[in-house]
Amino acid sequence: MDAAVRELSYSQAIQEAMAIAMEADERVILMGEDIGVYGGAFQVTGDLIDRFGPDRVMDTPISELGGAGVAVGAAVTGLRPIFEFQFSDFAALAMEQIVNQAAKMRYMLGGAVSVPVVMRFPGGSGTGAAAQHSQSLEAWLGHVPGLKVIQPATPHDVKGMLLAAVADPDPVMIFEHKLLYKMKGPVPEGHYTVPIGKAEVRREGRDLTVVATSLMVHKALEAAETLAAEGMDVEVIDLRTIRPMDRETVIESVKKTSRLMCVYEGVKTLGVGAELSAMVAESEAFDYLDAPIVRLGGAETPIPYNPELEKAAVPQVPGIVAAARDLIRGAR
Amino acid sequence: MPVEVIMPKVDMDMATGRISKWFFGDGAEVKKGDVLFEIETDKAAMEIDAPASGTLRDISGREGVDIAVGAPVAWIYEAGEAYAGAPAQQPAPAAAEPAKAPEEARPAAAVPAVPPAAADTGGKVRATPLARRLAQEAGIDLSAVGGSGPKGRVTRADVLAWRPPEKPACTAAAPAASPAPAPAGPSDEQVRRLFAEGSYEVVAHSNMRRTIARRLVEAKSTVPHFYLTVDCSIDALLKLRTELNAAAPVADGRPDFKLSVNDMVIRAYAMALRAVPEANVSWTEEGLLKHRHADIGVAVSVPGGLITPIVRSAEIKTLSAISSEMKDLAARAKDGKLKAEEYQGGTGAVSNLGMFGVREFAAIVNPPHATILAVGAGERRPVMVGDEVRGATLMTVTLSTDHRAVDGALGAELIGAFRSYIERPMLMLV
Repeated sequence: MDAAVRELSYSQAIQEAMAIAMEADERVILMGEDIGVYGGAFQVTGDLIDRFGPDRVMDTPISELGGAGVAVGAAVTGLRPIFEFQFSDFAALAMEQIVNQAAKMRYMLGGAVSVPVVMRFPGGSGTGAAAQHSQSLEAWLGHVPGLKVIQPATPHDVKGMLLAAVADPDPVMIFEHKLLYKMKGPVPEGHYTVPIGKAEVRREGRDLTVVATSLMVHKALEAAETLAAEGMDVEVIDLRTIRPMDRETVIESVKKTSRLMCVYEGVKTLGVGAELSAMVAESEAFDYLDAPIVRLGGAETPIPYNPELEKAAVPQVPGIVAAARDLIRGAR
Repeated sequence: MPVEVIMPKVDMDMATGRISKWFFGDGAEVKKGDVLFEIETDKAAMEIDAPASGTLRDISGREGVDIAVGAPVAWIYEAGEAYAGAPAQQPAPAAAEPAKAPEEARPAAAVPAVPPAAADTGGKVRATPLARRLAQEAGIDLSAVGGSGPKGRVTRADVLAWRPPEKPACTAAAPAASPAPAPAGPSDEQVRRLFAEGSYEVVAHSNMRRTIARRLVEAKSTVPHFYLTVDCSIDALLKLRTELNAAAPVADGRPDFKLSVNDMVIRAYAMALRAVPEANVSWTEEGLLKHRHADIGVAVSVPGGLITPIVRSAEIKTLSAISSEMKDLAARAKDGKLKAEEYQGGTGAVSNLGMFGVREFAAIVNPPHATILAVGAGERRPVMVGDEVRGATLMTVTLSTDHRAVDGALGAELIGAFRSYIERPMLMLV
């Protein structure tokens, strides 16, 4: 029987996923700074402390390294912690636990243990939170074998992917764009999963493949509508997972459209788009390319505080439209 | 990295270009924007600017040879940039060397002026991976395909649109098999043998001459022509022209305009095409292109050939506007300075040999035009008015028509409309 579908916001969908996971499995616990009585820096955990109590919704001290270490240790010893960072920027403080412990342990101990921890990272710019609270650092973690790194772009996907992450035996890093939290969308009731490692074609098209991540999926879809009015038919792929990357969906699409543009908010150089571009150039899709690959990524700068500069530092719809138009018309 | 200087694509169907003159030599210091060299395309000469500042090195694009579009012709090194010999990209692509051997091997077959194709660019054709794969699968030599992308890059669309140069229908391999074999003319060798050694000199063909030859052979052998001739009385037109020119406002001692008969012919023809829109068309296999404006190509004689710059939307332009535009186009045509978009396209054409005293002639339709109007000299002739003989100034015009697109009665309607504007020229002022 099909579950009823309601409109939920992205943050409500996360909260619902966490509640479902906690009800189904008492090993699932939440950890993070101010996630208890305060309800989380972005109110994502909300009142879960009232439903599950402080033993399962644990406030941690203001030490990301300490909190992450406790979460990794708890995972190794049998719990299924979901650890929330207040801002993804603070991943920098916890890198030892994420990169050298969580990602390595299964490998170094010959498979004797696994680290089923989920870490949630509110990221991205657009909230006026300036240089230390606005970055998109998913590519950092995407570089590390042993981690899975996902960027759900819709309420439906974030619930399903979070439930898939909780069930995953290995560490899963979820990057949630802060501007998505209030976005509403259809979300089925009850338990379901959205597979990690599988991209989604959000819009089919013949003239150009745009592979976008997170908030940029929505900007790319908006740009595609504008371009459709001009007679250009753009395919938009929501990458959803940056490690492991869904080669097949991207490559098949590029073979169809012969053009690739990557749109992502992280700094352009050495980012997700660099990996996508190289993956396509190395694949059999190379012989189908009829134009150079184009990347639209974040500017080579810290995110500015000035609101206009902040907007200018990451791809916006008019820029996506212009670049796509040039690419399709053969001006690049 | 040194900056590559390439043979640019300045014309839509340009596959190769020829450098007529370098303005700098190897080792010269150039500034971005300096005129580096002049190229001669099929139809015009054009100056090409330096893409960067620095030292010019490795000039491989020789003067006077056909060079594939997109091929490097030189490199510019930044100040202080180490120069370690020619960069890896080995250029110097002489395209389309005159094919001597095949000519001798096939003495009976004409070797028509094919567009310079088989460009040997040492495998350095700029092309997308998809274009390369498609060309390889189809057995097409990429260097023969003109690229429409940036810097002449060949794309999928270019490969798909490419057609092999037309072979003479009558060759040794297919003797008289085709239903309508194109007449195979004598070979170069056979022609030369008809004349005593030393009794002539060989003048190499310019690109323009080859283009004229190719396009007119194509037009006359693929477009089914028919011709309609009428006499137009131009006494009223000459009178109006005199009055208009006398009334031209004078600024700085010069009249604002000086209309020619040809300006009025252009306007009348454009208005006739507007009045008979079914004749303002272009033939394509898919369907007839019915044009919304009358863009008139006007044949202009230039040294070494002719070119037809276009007066766009001439049906809505005033006579003085057409006149000043024609003066400018003709002057720049003679200097070889027309831009490609100024002589490409057009929905009809006018060719006027009246100034040479030619009484009447028939012109060759130049696709995409469906018609061309050949205009003879205005001259005093006796005409019958009732039973009396009177003198009148008459101008004989002949309309050549692409019968695929325009039938006889429609052509007659068009030339009739033209005559009525010429004979009642006040209508051209409203």
